[in-house]
Amino acid sequence: MTMAPNRTGPSIPRLFGVAVVVLIVLAILPYVVDVYQTQLLTYGMVFAIAALGFNLLLGYTGLLSFGHSAYFGTGAYTVAFIVRDLGAHSMELCILGGLLGTFVVAALFGYVCVRHTRIFFGILTLALSQVLWSLAFKFFWVTGGTDGIRVASANLTLLGGLVDFKGRGAFQRFVFAYYYYVLVLFAVSVVVMWMIVHSPFGKALQAIRDNEVRAGFVGIPVRRYRWIAFVISGLFTGLAGILWVPLNGLTTPDILYWPFSGEIVFMAVLGGFRNFTGPIVGALAFNYLKTYAVASSEYWQLLLGLVLVVLVLVLPTGIVGSTARLYARLFRRA
Amino acid sequence: MSLLQTVNLKKYFGETRAVDNVNLTIEQGEFISLVGPNGAGKTSFCHVVSAHLAPDSGQILFNGADVTHMSVTQRVKAGIARSFQLVNLFDDLTAFDNVALAIFSRESKTANMMALAHLDSAVNAEADAVLGQFGLAGKRDVLARGIAQGERKLLDVALAYALRPRLLFLDEPTSGVSTRDKGQIMDTIASVVRGEGITAVVVEHDMDVVFKYSDRIVVMHQGAILAQGTPDQIRNNDEVAMVLLGSSGPDAFTRKD
Repeated sequence: MTMAPNRTGPSIPRLFGVAVVVLIVLAILPYVVDVYQTQLLTYGMVFAIAALGFNLLLGYTGLLSFGHSAYFGTGAYTVAFIVRDLGAHSMELCILGGLLGTFVVAALFGYVCVRHTRIFFGILTLALSQVLWSLAFKFFWVTGGTDGIRVASANLTLLGGLVDFKGRGAFQRFVFAYYYYVLVLFAVSVVVMWMIVHSPFGKALQAIRDNEVRAGFVGIPVRRYRWIAFVISGLFTGLAGILWVPLNGLTTPDILYWPFSGEIVFMAVLGGFRNFTGPIVGALAFNYLKTYAVASSEYWQLLLGLVLVVLVLVLPTGIVGSTARLYARLFRRA
Repeated sequence: MSLLQTVNLKKYFGETRAVDNVNLTIEQGEFISLVGPNGAGKTSFCHVVSAHLAPDSGQILFNGADVTHMSVTQRVKAGIARSFQLVNLFDDLTAFDNVALAIFSRESKTANMMALAHLDSAVNAEADAVLGQFGLAGKRDVLARGIAQGERKLLDVALAYALRPRLLFLDEPTSGVSTRDKGQIMDTIASVVRGEGITAVVVEHDMDVVFKYSDRIVVMHQGAILAQGTPDQIRNNDEVAMVLLGSSGPDAFTRKD
């Protein structure tokens, strides 16, 4: 055997280099752009965490969930309950509580859903998420119904109380500080997810995606691994929901409703679910797309629909997949 | 003690008796060919023993223990592995990752999420060695879907072999490939399997191949064992020749007409 470098594995120094450059750019941005753009990018990173979690199921396990709003919403509502009913201020406490809540729901729903695959899996995830939505919608004395629950950023502290948002310029300070807070958690999420999909467990998930029968015949407990993947996926999307609440200042049943699950699917498809970075790019792009589409036209859904049609017909591998192919073609010609 | 023993094993599909009261004993280290006309129940037998199908009745004893009700993964852990007639691979993983996955699984490392798969040098070295043994080193980083049919068959076997099973079922490892490639594939498989002393059961149609490699030949017909014996015994069995070839006589298997 030649001692050629392991071409199967990714080059870690190169990836590290790219990651550092991206992080530096992201860290400088709030000093360059205005408060609104900073806020918008924070939303983008939050959705990127959600899409990243979603794609562990779609891209790596081969399961299309149409109910990821459930985990985003569980994260969000748990934070709202913690702040409103327990009077907690620490964001870290909210994160822990929110993840615990998401874990319980994802483990329960996942246990039911992974008994099926393909469209049956999708329908089950959808149905279960709508149960949560109707609970949030109908039990208004607990959830506030369509009014939702307000979570004011002034009530929250970051880093165990070190950073609070009271007094003058509180909103600007919050947007600025929270951007970095989300950035760190986003970076951690990306690294952890990258580790998972490149671990032996991640390879086992991909094997299940490609051929569940054979996966069983090499000794992989298919259903159990699908369940674990489901829970991890839910936890990431739950974390996104948790981080979204203070940013939005309010949680409403909309984030539990099925169109939001569809938006998460859209993000992954837009960026390209066959690539690790696809959902991240897709979530950021979708966030801008939707924000400006809503601002520019009341027929914004039509615009998003058109994008989706073009995407499916012309760019089935999404932004990242298509860019990678284009790059490869240009590179080879040179 | 025999490695595998089936006791009155039965699997019917409605009126079709796919496996009909099969009592087969396999000893450690044997290289057995399972032959028979289409629909004789060879593949069904493999399915039942490998837990792909549940038997209607009967018992499967592996190494003295009753494994009849064990799941697929449990039977793999116990040491029964198989390849498939229709190639069954992880098409969007590279040849290397396909084999590495089997090794990770055998080593009970697939639950590990916090280590990078491609940095496990022991598994890497073994996966490369297995690919080398099957002549697939050159396809290491090619996605399984992009590999030629003959090599896909070998990769399918390599996957099962990488589990280091005690008993290996190979369901038609040479089906769907050219006659020229057939010999090469069987040479590779036989040398690897015999080299490791793995007990193997090969379902095969090509009688030249069967006679050349087998310690023992088991002939199935209509779900039951029609005859079994050494290649010479089977070669001279008129009943077997009638079932397999439709004609009998002293040179039935060698006559080219």
